[in-house]
Amino acid sequence: MHNKEKHIVIIGGGTAGCVAAGRLAREGYRISLIEKDKKPGGKINNWYQLFPDRRRSVEVTDYINKEIDHPLIDLMTGTELDKVKYKNGKFSISTGKSDLGQADAVLIATGFDLFDATRKEEYGYGIYDNVITSLDLENMFHSGDILTTKEEIPKRVGIVHCVGSRDEKVGNFHCSKVCCVTAVKQAIEIKEHIPDSEVFCFYMDMRMFGPYYEELYRESQEKWVVNYIRGKVSEVSENIEGRLVIKAEDTLLGKPIRMEVDMLVLMVGMQNAKAGLNLQDKFGIQTGVNGFFRIRDNHYGNNLSNVDGLFYAGTCTAPMNITDTISHARAAAVEITEYLSKN
Amino acid sequence: MARNFGFAPIKGRVIDFDRNDKRVFEYVLEREPSFALCIGCGGCAATCSAANFTEFSLRKLNILIRRGENDEVRKIVDRCMLCGKCTLVCPRGVNTRNVVFLTREAFEEFDNYAI
Repeated sequence: MHNKEKHIVIIGGGTAGCVAAGRLAREGYRISLIEKDKKPGGKINNWYQLFPDRRRSVEVTDYINKEIDHPLIDLMTGTELDKVKYKNGKFSISTGKSDLGQADAVLIATGFDLFDATRKEEYGYGIYDNVITSLDLENMFHSGDILTTKEEIPKRVGIVHCVGSRDEKVGNFHCSKVCCVTAVKQAIEIKEHIPDSEVFCFYMDMRMFGPYYEELYRESQEKWVVNYIRGKVSEVSENIEGRLVIKAEDTLLGKPIRMEVDMLVLMVGMQNAKAGLNLQDKFGIQTGVNGFFRIRDNHYGNNLSNVDGLFYAGTCTAPMNITDTISHARAAAVEITEYLSKN
Repeated sequence: MARNFGFAPIKGRVIDFDRNDKRVFEYVLEREPSFALCIGCGGCAATCSAANFTEFSLRKLNILIRRGENDEVRKIVDRCMLCGKCTLVCPRGVNTRNVVFLTREAFEEFDNYAI
């Protein structure tokens, strides 16, 4: 195979980067896989169980780790890209630590950051005890204990959808797509951990876009009696007993609703990762109005950037679930293979 | 001469969309294009001082205006105290306060006509 002479740099060792690395290595290309964290796997490492089937996330991380177990993949953790030079379709890339030499193609798979919940001050994250994010709740599932800061079992938990998504006030117009089903999944998990608790989801629209998502939503109602209230939470306060008081409109009844909860979980949305945005000037790439990288065509060019030889995979282009991220990464591998066969 | 038969025709509660007068809607939309952006989340109504005591919901008002249910709009639009909290909350950036203001203005404008 002649492919070995070709070198691809992949930036980001999360789901997308690792899956693409595996595919391309098996095609015979030499891969430099750069990951800023200490280990590969990305955001899934933080998650406990995955929707829609609530499998343990480690099953998917195992798959990802196997993907990158290949002699042609040079995984560099704790490493970030430093300098880039682009000439005649070839990239010269160096990290802070070493010079990676010339790359025939580059794949950006820098993923997403979770929305910083402190920016929605009216929800009280970082101000009131027991206002947590969906990520904080996953950590609680990991530890096995869902407790308030007073180490008490919450009797009632509220879940707020669309925190930092579909919200012009924070500059995020887009829907983060996966938070609705995450809310449903976490509501079920709370009920599973604390069967006599009550869980209330405050939503604007329930977006069950993926296979088995609607079924999970149905299960949450039928088997777990999760409550759904259609109304955006406008503000949260703390009463004298230290319980959280939330205000919303019960829009389907047309009346304001006030409710006390022991714990409030904010479904934080997805934004293009800072680590990715830092590459913008280095590569001369652009973002769309949603802040994610702008792809060349919404239908058939969603791995292509405005720079020849530079490709995208995963959530740096749009919010995606893991299934779609893996598909997108595989598609990127196909695009790169085709590109390198011509160049 | 009208005679009292002891009963009167009941006005149906169906929204007669094709017959309803949309002039108020058009008046507001033309002057405040952000009006079109409402997704009915109810954030405005949740934070509304008037909604705590009266049957006022800006979310509902928005839809009533769109459907041309002007009798109901007229009944509730004066309940707003123009405090503007709803504008601060709205995730779609609707200038809600101006919507109320323009609705009132539209009624004044069209008051010589039967709406």
